[in-house]
Amino acid sequence: MILDGKCPSGPIAGKWEKHRHEMKLVSPANKRKYRIIVVGTGLAGSSAAATLGELGYNVEAFCYQDSARRAHSIAAQGGINAARNYPNDGDSVYRLFHDTVKGGDFRSREANVYRLAEVSGNIIDQCVAQGVPFARDYAGYLDNRSFGGALVSRTFYARGQTGQQLLLGAYSALSRQARAGNVRLYPRTEMLDLVVIGGEAKGITVRDMVTGKIRCHAADAVCLCTGGYTNVFYLSTNAMGGNVTAAYRAYKRGAFFANPCYTQIHPTCIPATGDHQAKLTLMSESLRNDGRVWAPKIRGDRRPPQEIPEEERDYYLERKYPSFGNLAPRDISSRAAKEVCDDGHGVGPGGRGVYLDFAGAIERLGEDTIRQRYGNLFEMYERITDENAYKQPMRIYPAPHYAMGGLWVDYNLQSSIPGLFVLGEANFSDHGANRLGASALMQGLADGYFIIPCTIAHYLAQTRPDAVSAGHPEFVRSVEETETSIKRLLSINGRKTVNEFHRELGSIMWEHVGMTRSRESLENALRRIPELRAEFRENVRVPGREEDLNQELEKAGRVADFLEFAELLARDALYRDESCGSHFRVEHQTEDGEAVRDDANFCHVAAWQFRGADKEPELHTEPLAFENVRLAVRSYK
Amino acid sequence: MDLTLYVWRQSGPASAGRLEEYRAKDITSDMSFLEMLDVVNAELVRAGREPIAFDHDCREGICGMCSQVINGVPHGSREKTTVCQLHMRRFRDGDTIYIEPWRAKAFPVIKDLIVDRSSLDRIMQSGGYVSAHTGGVPDGNAILIPRDDAETAMDAAECIGCGACVAACPNGSAMLFAAAKVAHLAKLPQGRAEAARRVCVMTEAMLKEGFGNCGNHYECQAACPKGIKVKFIAQLNREYIKAHLKDGRDT
Ligand SMILES: Cc1cc2nc3c(=O)[nH]c(=O)nc-3n(C[C@H](O)[C@H](O)[C@H](O)COP(=O)(O)OP(=O)(O)OC[C@H]3O[C@@H](n4cnc5c(N)ncnc54)[C@H](O)[C@@H]3O)c2cc1C
Ligand code: SF4
Ligand code: FES
Repeated sequence: MILDGKCPSGPIAGKWEKHRHEMKLVSPANKRKYRIIVVGTGLAGSSAAATLGELGYNVEAFCYQDSARRAHSIAAQGGINAARNYPNDGDSVYRLFHDTVKGGDFRSREANVYRLAEVSGNIIDQCVAQGVPFARDYAGYLDNRSFGGALVSRTFYARGQTGQQLLLGAYSALSRQARAGNVRLYPRTEMLDLVVIGGEAKGITVRDMVTGKIRCHAADAVCLCTGGYTNVFYLSTNAMGGNVTAAYRAYKRGAFFANPCYTQIHPTCIPATGDHQAKLTLMSESLRNDGRVWAPKIRGDRRPPQEIPEEERDYYLERKYPSFGNLAPRDISSRAAKEVCDDGHGVGPGGRGVYLDFAGAIERLGEDTIRQRYGNLFEMYERITDENAYKQPMRIYPAPHYAMGGLWVDYNLQSSIPGLFVLGEANFSDHGANRLGASALMQGLADGYFIIPCTIAHYLAQTRPDAVSAGHPEFVRSVEETETSIKRLLSINGRKTVNEFHRELGSIMWEHVGMTRSRESLENALRRIPELRAEFRENVRVPGREEDLNQELEKAGRVADFLEFAELLARDALYRDESCGSHFRVEHQTEDGEAVRDDANFCHVAAWQFRGADKEPELHTEPLAFENVRLAVRSYK
Repeated sequence: MDLTLYVWRQSGPASAGRLEEYRAKDITSDMSFLEMLDVVNAELVRAGREPIAFDHDCREGICGMCSQVINGVPHGSREKTTVCQLHMRRFRDGDTIYIEPWRAKAFPVIKDLIVDRSSLDRIMQSGGYVSAHTGGVPDGNAILIPRDDAETAMDAAECIGCGACVAACPNGSAMLFAAAKVAHLAKLPQGRAEAARRVCVMTEAMLKEGFGNCGNHYECQAACPKGIKVKFIAQLNREYIKAHLKDGRDT
C-alpha cells in the first residue's frame, strides 16, 4: 500500500495556517464530553495533557514512574532549538527547516519539518511564561549557543539541565490542570495493550505497578507519548525503564511502525567500564562548542594525554570536516570516532574512547567561564570516572541515544489506527534518518502544546463521545490476554535472569545492527534474535507474584517486546539497501567513508504492518517529495 | 571487594519490615551503588529469592527517582550526589553498609526501599505553577530578566523532587522542597503576580499532607543532592509574611 501523509496542499509556508483553518473544531460545551488518554508525561505527554486539559477535555495521563515529573525528558542537557534569530546571525524559519531536512539526510517529510520550525519560537515564549529560567545575558535577554549540524546559534538552554527545566514547566502546567480536575494522573501505571474497537482506538489496558492489578481505561482517543526504544541496545543513554512496549503493542494491534532502523548513536558519552554497566551517561553535545576531539596519531599510544605533543594528536573531525569541525552532525562524528578506535588509535580501557579536550578553551576563556557553561557536566564526569576534566581531557565514546524511527503518523500525528495519535520521540515524523541536537525537545513540545490540540479536535468533531465503555467485550478480551501473558512469564521458572537476556540482545544489536551494518551482519542478527527469543521463552526466571509490586516482572515484559521488536529493526535495516544518516550500510559508502543514499529506490518511509506472531510483517511505503530543499548529497566538509 | 549489607525488607505497606543481611561479592570500585545492588539482586533471583525493590530510572542524578538512606544518610555521604551517582570507590573491602528507605510520616513505605512520595506532587498541584495558558503569551524577550535573577531562580529550580530533605529532617518537613519552588517562581517577573497566593497554598498543602514544621536544623541542605540552599527557606518565610501583611491577615 502507498501511504498518504495527508499533507495540506499549497506553498510550504502556508500549509499549517491553511490546515488549521480547514480543520473542524469541538465546541467548548462539548469538549467536556470527550475523554482523551495520554500515555507518557515527558515533554510530549505533559504538554499535550496540560493543554488538552486547559481546553476542557477530560484527560487521563499515565506514566510508569512515581511522578509525572520524572519522565526521561528530564535528562536532556544541552538545549532546545528555535528559529528566533536573536543573535542576528542569519537564522530564519526557513533555515531551521532546511538544516533539519538536510541533517535528517532527506528522509523526513518536508511539511512536518516546516511546521516544526514555524512553531519553534512559540515554544520558547510559552516556556518563559511558565517560569523556565533560561540562560540570559547581562542585559537580561535570552542567551543562545550553537549545536551540531548548524552554523547559527539557535539553541536556548538552562545551564546543563534544559530538559529538566522544560519538563518542570510542562509538569507545572499539568499540575495546575490536575488541581482543576481536568486531568487525572495515573503514575506507576504501565500501558500493556491498546484496545481497538470497530477499527478505532478506544482505550488502553494497564497494569497498576503497585498492586499488580490489570484494568482498562476507555476513551474517545488515545495519545501515545511513550518516548524512544533505544534500550533495545541494552546499554544506552535512556532511562532504565525506557521501553518499546507501548508502541510495540499498538503495532501488534495494527499501528504501522515506520523506519525502525533509524537509531541515533550519540558521539559524546562516557565509555563503559565493564559487564556490570547498567546504562551509559551522555555528555551533552554542547561540549563540542568548546571541546576539541582528538586521538593519538600513534596506534596504541599509552602516554597520558598531557604528554602527547600537539603534532602527535589527530584532531580528526577538524581535519576531515573543516567547515563544521567539532560540530559535525552526530552520525558523522560517531562513525568517525568508531573508525579511529577500530584503527587502533582509541584511548582508555579496551581502546574504546577518544579525547574531548578543553585545555585550549580554558586557556582562551578561563576556567571560570568553562565552569559556568558546563560545570554540572564536568561534575557528573568526575563522579563517574574519578577524573578531573579541567585538568585532563574527557574520554568519550559513542552510545545508542535516540530513536528517529517510531509509529507511523500522518501530518495530523494520527497513526494508521484512527483515534490513535503518537507524539514526541515515539513517532517517526520529523527527524528523518538523523536528528540534529536540540531538536527533540523542540519536537516534543511542538507536538504537545501546538499541534495535537488542533488535530485531535478535527478527529473528535467527527466522533460520537463516550461511544464505548470499559465493559465492552474487546476490553475484557484484552485484559484476559494481558493476564495470560503475565502468568506465562511467571511460570517459566528457567535459569537465566531477565537482564542476562537483555544484555545478550544488546550485544547482538550493537555488534550487528549498530553504528555500521552490512547484509551479512544483519542476516546474522536475524538468525540470532529469534534463537535468543526462543531461549527466553523457555529459560527466563521471573520471581515473585503477579499481584504485587514486581520489578523483575516489569522488566521481563519489556525485554520480551524488545526481543520481538529487535527483529523488526534488523529487518528494516536489511531492507533499506542504502546508507542514509544514522543508517550506515558498509556496502554503500564513498571512498572516504561517507554515506551514499539511493534516492531512486529508497526516497521513502518504510512502514511495517504486523501480520501475526510468526509471520513476516507487510511493508508499506510513503514516498517523500522534496519540493523546497533540493535533494543533494549532504556535505559538512 | 566484598561487602556486608543490611537492607530494609518490607513486603507491603501494612506489613512489618526488618533489616536483612546480604553479601555483595566481587564488587569493583567503578561500579555505581545501584549497579552493586543489581549484582546482589541477580544473585537473589538465581537463588530463587525475591530481589530488593528500589526506585531508580535515569541513573544520572536528575530524575529524582532513587531514594535510599545509606548508613543513616539520605543518598549516602558524598555531598551533592544522588544514590545513583554514588560509586563504589567510596567504600572499602569488608565494609558493612546499612540501606533503608526514606522515613517520614508523609512517605509511607510501599515495598522494601520504595516509598510513596505522591504528597510532593500534591504540594505542587496546590499552586507550584504560573497560571499561564498555552498560547497568547508575549515574546520571550519582551520582559527582560537580569542575569543574576535568572541565575538565582535557576539555583532554586534545580530541585529534583527526590525528598531527601524530608528524609533528613528530624521533623519530616518538606520546607526545602517547597521553598525551592516558591523562590524559583518568586524571583521571576512571570511568577511574581501569584507569589503571595502561591506561598500560602503551598504551605497549607504541606501541613495537610502530614509534613512537619521547619525547626531550622538545616539537615535538609546537607542531604540535598542538588545543593539547594536553606536561604530559600528564609525567602519562603519572607514571602509568607509579606503575603499575610498584604492580606491584613494575622501571621
Ligand atoms: C541523556 C539525554 C540527553 C538529551 N539531550 C537532549 C537535548 O539537549 N536536546 C534535545 O532536543 N533532545 C535531547 N534528548 C532527547 C530528548 O530528551 C527526548 O527525545 C525527548 O525528551 C523525548 O520526550 P518524550 O516526551 O517523547 O518521551 P519521554 O520524556 O521519554 O517520556 C516518556 C513517557 O512515557 C512514559 N511511558 C513509557 N512507556 C510507558 C508505558 N508502557 N506505560 C506507561 N507510560 C509509559 C514514561 O513514564 C514517560 O512519562 C536527550 C535524550 C537523552 C536520553
Ligand atoms: S530540595 Fe533537594 S533534597 Fe529536597 S527534594 Fe529538592 S533536590 Fe531533593
Ligand atoms: S535514578 Fe534518577 S536521580 Fe537517581
